[in-house]
Amino acid sequence: MIDNNFAAEHKQYLAKVKTKRIKILFWQLFIVFLFFALWEISARIGILDTFLFSCPSDIFALFINYLNEGEIFYHIATSVWETILGFTIASILGIAVAILLWWFPDFAKVMDPILVILNALPKTALAPILIVWIGAGTGGIVAVAVFISVIVTIISAYSYFNGVEEEKVRLLQSFGASKFQILTKLILPANILNLMSIVKINLGLSWVGVIVGEFLVSRRGIGYLIVYGSQVFRLDLVMMGVIVLAVCAWLMYEVFNVLDKMLRHTKKTGNNPKKN
Amino acid sequence: MDENTHIIELKDIDKVFFQKQHVLHVLDKINLSVDAGQIVGLLGPSGSGKSTILNIISGLLAPSSGKMIKNGRIGYMFQQDHLLAWRNIYDNILLGLEIQHSLNKENTDRIDELLKKYDLWHFRKNYPHELSGGMRQRAALIRTLATDPDVLLLDEPFSALDFQTRLSVSSDIYRIIKNEKKAALLVTHDISEAISMSDVIYVLSSRPAKVKAVHDIALTLNGERTPLTARKAAEFQDYFDCIWKELSDDD
Repeated sequence: MIDNNFAAEHKQYLAKVKTKRIKILFWQLFIVFLFFALWEISARIGILDTFLFSCPSDIFALFINYLNEGEIFYHIATSVWETILGFTIASILGIAVAILLWWFPDFAKVMDPILVILNALPKTALAPILIVWIGAGTGGIVAVAVFISVIVTIISAYSYFNGVEEEKVRLLQSFGASKFQILTKLILPANILNLMSIVKINLGLSWVGVIVGEFLVSRRGIGYLIVYGSQVFRLDLVMMGVIVLAVCAWLMYEVFNVLDKMLRHTKKTGNNPKKN
Repeated sequence: MDENTHIIELKDIDKVFFQKQHVLHVLDKINLSVDAGQIVGLLGPSGSGKSTILNIISGLLAPSSGKMIKNGRIGYMFQQDHLLAWRNIYDNILLGLEIQHSLNKENTDRIDELLKKYDLWHFRKNYPHELSGGMRQRAALIRTLATDPDVLLLDEPFSALDFQTRLSVSSDIYRIIKNEKKAALLVTHDISEAISMSDVIYVLSSRPAKVKAVHDIALTLNGERTPLTARKAAEFQDYFDCIWKELSDDD
């Protein structure tokens, strides 16, 4: 495919692209390193009060401690499991309700103001009630995670479904398609990538719900570590919790990012404009 | 089918749309017929209800009054090709058969033959965005032909294309329709296009649309008729002037 006359230039160009990528990666790592280095140094020379800010070496030592006892995995597993449950239930439930709204336009009209109000409401405000209703265990925490993301899932999935061109629907109708066929052959496949991005957003929201839920009631999980640490003024524990949380959330997001990229590659839906 | 039955016949079709603020009288006693193997052109000012007529024929809308007789199956072709981006050309063409649960050897054989005959066989595994506008429109036509309709409803099928592509695509589509011995109802606002492709032209008035004139297009040609040779026929300009006058006299 590559014109041989330009082979040398092409090589040069590729090299340039590669150098640039390495440069950017270097600076990214450098900023992180600098941040922790400055933190450690200021703590050592007494600019930062380690009682309030802890310091990277203490946090790391604590982490190793938790790692050796295996306790950290118990907390990670708890929070990750609650998060997976939360965004799976929210995504399935939200998309199912969006399908119902699409199927019955009158139902959608009835629900519209209710959804708008629920969407405007800061969902965490209802977290304490949900936990009282459902219970202070995994159930209550998952319920908070679900509630935080389900409303926005319904609203955006519904608007994606309605965003499919009217003429494409008419095309299927001209072949005599049933409503179910329009759903499975057009509406859903046309929105696979949009639904994937909803799932990705739900993942983030679900983490918020789980951490809030664990703050309120839990005896385990990363949120519990953080809130417990702050109550007993163990700032190294708080910081470790936050860092572990960041890494977990990032890894989970990356899994979905890779899935999304694979889907994009196989589906070849180049012209799927994003709405909203 | 005996000589006197039309594939489609509209008798005194009226259509009224009701809206909050006003009532729209769109079609006023429309009489129209399409016979086997005939391409019928439908010309009219914009907003005159041409698409409403197609929607009534295809069953997407019910007429307010009047009678419609259909003696055959309908295939619809739109302004845009509406090929589904996530299906390759072959799977796009299967769409209609899939919906009608009639995926059988006989039908897929016909599709293979159509693809070969109209130069899309090598592209059957490609995705729509990899094809040119003309090829996509041809693929869309084969998708419609796959369900073996007797009459094709063409709703301004070329208006999304640039002029150059438009001429070659309209020639392609004309050739395919005539080869496959299909009837067609072609809605357009382009007078030249209507004359170059149609055997009969109905001219509609503005809203509420009435049939203002019906022209049998008889052209003196040396050789085979195609939309391009039709444009060179001596009578072409006369038809054009006459229809132009009918459309612009409208008030």
